[in-house]
Amino acid sequence: MESILHGVEGYMYPNEMELQWSILIVLYPYITGLVAGAFILASLERVFRVESVKPTYRLALLTALAFLLVAPLPLQLHLGHPERSLEMYLTPHTSSAMAMFGFVYLWYLMVVLVLEIWLDYRQDIVRLARTATGPLRHVYRLMTLGSYDVSEEALRLDDRAGYVITLVGIPSAFLLHGYVGFIFGSVKANPWWSTPLMPIVFLFSAIVSGIATVMLLYMAVTRLRGREIDMRCVDTIARYLFYAFIIDFSLEMLDLIHRVYEADESFHTLDFMVKTRLYFPHILVQIVLGTLLPLGLLALTQLLKLTEGARRGTYAAAGLLTLVGIFAMRWNVVIGGQLFSKSFLGYTTYKMQFATREGLLPALVLMILPFVILWVLVKLLPPWVDEKAAEQPAA
Amino acid sequence: MNEDRRDFLARSGRLLFLTGAAQLAFDAVLRGEPEAAPNYRTTDHWWGMIIDVEKCIGCGNCVRACKEENDVPREPFCFRTWVERYHVDAEDMERPEVDSPNGGYDGFPERYRTGDGSKNFFVPKLCNQCAHSPCVQVCPVGATFESPDGVVLVDKTYCLGCRYCVQACPYGCRFIDPRTETVDKCSLCYHRITKGLTTACCEACPTDARVLADLKNPKDPVHEFLRTHKVQVLKPQMATGSKTYYNGLDGSVR
Repeated sequence: MESILHGVEGYMYPNEMELQWSILIVLYPYITGLVAGAFILASLERVFRVESVKPTYRLALLTALAFLLVAPLPLQLHLGHPERSLEMYLTPHTSSAMAMFGFVYLWYLMVVLVLEIWLDYRQDIVRLARTATGPLRHVYRLMTLGSYDVSEEALRLDDRAGYVITLVGIPSAFLLHGYVGFIFGSVKANPWWSTPLMPIVFLFSAIVSGIATVMLLYMAVTRLRGREIDMRCVDTIARYLFYAFIIDFSLEMLDLIHRVYEADESFHTLDFMVKTRLYFPHILVQIVLGTLLPLGLLALTQLLKLTEGARRGTYAAAGLLTLVGIFAMRWNVVIGGQLFSKSFLGYTTYKMQFATREGLLPALVLMILPFVILWVLVKLLPPWVDEKAAEQPAA
Repeated sequence: MNEDRRDFLARSGRLLFLTGAAQLAFDAVLRGEPEAAPNYRTTDHWWGMIIDVEKCIGCGNCVRACKEENDVPREPFCFRTWVERYHVDAEDMERPEVDSPNGGYDGFPERYRTGDGSKNFFVPKLCNQCAHSPCVQVCPVGATFESPDGVVLVDKTYCLGCRYCVQACPYGCRFIDPRTETVDKCSLCYHRITKGLTTACCEACPTDARVLADLKNPKDPVHEFLRTHKVQVLKPQMATGSKTYYNGLDGSVR
């Protein structure tokens, strides 16, 4: 009893003392956000013909795939009965926002991402299927799906199909992450979540985090490969990051100002929470460290004429801070929304465990896993456009 | 002798006419307890509850009876029903002082004195058996559902344990059973009420502060009660179609 009451202040309904959604559910919107953001960056090149971001096109797609493959794992791990999760496909409850997850996910994975990557890589896959040796040869042969036609005619068809898929993919990426926002935004019982702005705030923060991830990955990987970073590309990405971030921040401020000005029945409770329990993750980490600071850094690169080296350093710092800020935002939504009582009379504490099913350790593993997958994907399907003819996959 | 023969003929006649279950049902109807009929029809009932705040003495009998009857885990964060104690400054309805030690399972240790310008009262809580349940709406597989007789139930063999319904309930009525990793909540003692019994909490209440109500049964005193009392549901702004009506509910209660 004592341990349960520890960290409880004021009055919580008895069933509320333990948090229902843990750090794993924080990861879920974080990871899907990275997927949607990376994809939208990729589509910049494809649909909006922003030629300068081309060096990141394939890397962005592979990043999106690597994170998308991991996206359902935190959910699966969190379920009391993971073995029953297939029921969401077989007997979905149509009025449930959550029941649609499986379908949105599968649509996005199979119809958009995998298909687009396959079409874009088909020429390379066919070449590799003919040249690779050892067991990898069989992998590539399988990946051709029996289609070895790389005539100009066929490639033109691939390109058109890829374009159409990207066109479909953009609203799908919006759907994927807007929908994740809806899962929270539609819970009327919870005033911290319940706002129609939630899907759109989630969406823009997703774009921000996805762009930042791909930008950082591109810079890191290029440096690791000992190649020259294409500054025109990184400058353009950073500019888009800056614009998207301004929209994201405006939306979040709109939400905040609206709450403060309207000051409805939940206001005193939420206000107190933000000023106490959520002060560090919300005000300090999310807003100051994770939003204002990177926005300021990005603004500097727009206003001042910095050297290439200074710009690279600034972008790297801004990108990292952005990722921390967006993670804090997910944390504050998911965990913050459970720290106060629905009676508005009390608060509880999230006691994160370490090596348990929903502890910090599995969360860390789940955050590292996408990078491992990405490494395998990059080895299998080298995304370097410029020198792809010279590149051979590591056997 | 004649009486016996007449009884015998009447019974045999009914048996011949109605046979088996139907005859048992007819007996129950004649006794004025149609719910007791073995062929309980869900469409004939619409269950709810009346809670009279003025009558609750905070003894915790209901909480204990519920845990016993429904095998609710004894942990202090697993309650199908619980009792809250309110201590409200007469001039400050916005900030009541509320406690519910162990959900009221062990009763309430004395804490407040009368005559200090405040009011003190107990409020029993349980699932409101909402007609438009937010918890049912969000369940991804339909493991929780509204029965045709108006009770929100959980199919534990189907529940994923995703906890979305726990988040969606505005009243904090749901919890995860740590033994099964599935959600649990008040079933309005469905296993009892479909046999013509009342709920365990109502049965154990010494002051009739909580009374089971069948809103479809014209003979149920609930209709008279609702007509003659000013009742309220919890958090009416949530528009959940709550069927747990409170009499004498103070505005400070949430």
